[in-house]
Amino acid sequence: MREIEVSKITDVVEKLCIEANEHLPEDVKCAIKDCRACEDGEIAKGVLDNIIENFEIADRECVPICQDTGMACVFLEIGQDVHLTGGNLADAVDEGVRRGYDKGYLRKSVVKDPVRRGNTGDNTPAMLYTEIVPGEQIKVTVGPKGFGSENMSQIRMFKPSHGLQGIKDFILEVVETAGPNPCPPMVVGVGIGGTFDKAALLAKKALMRPIDSSNPDAFYADLEKEMLEKINKLGIGPQGFGGKTTAIGLNIETLPTHIAGMPCAVNINCHVTRHKSEVI
Amino acid sequence: MAAKKITLPLTEELAKTLHAGDSVLVTGTIYTSRDAGHKRMCEALEKGEKIPFDPTDATIYYVGPTPAKPGQVIGSAGPTTSGRMDAYAPTMMSVGARGMIGKGARLPEVVDAMKKYSGVYFGAIGGAGALLAKCIKKAELIAYEDLGAEALRKLYVEDMPLVVIIDSEGNNLYESGRAAYLKEHE
Repeated sequence: MREIEVSKITDVVEKLCIEANEHLPEDVKCAIKDCRACEDGEIAKGVLDNIIENFEIADRECVPICQDTGMACVFLEIGQDVHLTGGNLADAVDEGVRRGYDKGYLRKSVVKDPVRRGNTGDNTPAMLYTEIVPGEQIKVTVGPKGFGSENMSQIRMFKPSHGLQGIKDFILEVVETAGPNPCPPMVVGVGIGGTFDKAALLAKKALMRPIDSSNPDAFYADLEKEMLEKINKLGIGPQGFGGKTTAIGLNIETLPTHIAGMPCAVNINCHVTRHKSEVI
Repeated sequence: MAAKKITLPLTEELAKTLHAGDSVLVTGTIYTSRDAGHKRMCEALEKGEKIPFDPTDATIYYVGPTPAKPGQVIGSAGPTTSGRMDAYAPTMMSVGARGMIGKGARLPEVVDAMKKYSGVYFGAIGGAGALLAKCIKKAELIAYEDLGAEALRKLYVEDMPLVVIIDSEGNNLYESGRAAYLKEHE
């Protein structure tokens, strides 16, 4: 058994909140550059040039890539042989978010009540997900999630008879409905199976996976490729101004589900798809 | 296609020279406001009160920037989704605020008001907050400080790269741009 002080988690969350908001993952940068090379429309090329210049400025000057520095989605994969000491885990994570958003000059975008509103002033609470895994390490992932794209996400409870076609149509429908709003080129996270809540979580987790990776199941890897191609034939283009590049990546995650159902969630992200991990 | 340089205020005459799909570099004074600020301004107007700036020929940027680091004029400052301001935009145009800078689709009511008041809807690149901050040379908090990132700010921008999405005749780049692409790739 290994003892880990929760203050260590605070430190890591603080650091990852800042780094994730300032530095785009390499796979996302490469995908944007590849798409720029393939675009032929003048406006589309200009938009992608500006997007590339933007993440280069953020990298160089250590400033937030986007002003919507998001809600802090924090995923902890905690080894079952770890004993956490020194305080409450959720409080430790929130403290890391509080410090990271303060020290990093990140925007505080969280309201304390969904209906009555009122900013919490420190971007807490984190959206915290914990998972117990084998081992004696903790993997911390912070994925700041902007709401321009979050607002365009959808979930649907399909009948099994809708089959694969139902899922394909739904993914395209969600992207088409989102149109220019989520700052395309987007990244699309798809969660299929599980229960209502698990499907949504799978879709969020799909956005944390590098976009140059594939689902290990060849059936879903092919579906990822097929749907990305179909999305990029919609013509929405960078910022919705028309063009080839509507999405730069699409990841699918799945789980077994009930005999009566086929939940499907589509979580939309923008070209500023941020996530950063560290193992303690 | 070279970008057209324009200088604010956005007079009716200037607005009518702009067409959907035009790339422009904008210089001049603009005001920031988003959800909560618009709500407050429209409530003030409803009560017959004044809003914190002169709306005549004004341009409003839908943005909630990150806090400025020491030495910065402003933090990252890209556009937010304009559709959330659709409920307020016709009222703002009715008192003279002709220009809007944001991203994303607008409702037909907003486009109708744009045709009526010669409004122009500019798109800034969503997600390009670090780049857009570079064009902002001055930033001054003028009202609603309690709203934090949503407070009202007066900005002076130089050569801010924008695209005309919807012009004063109601032409819409989101429709024409996509249609042109699809036609070309039939």
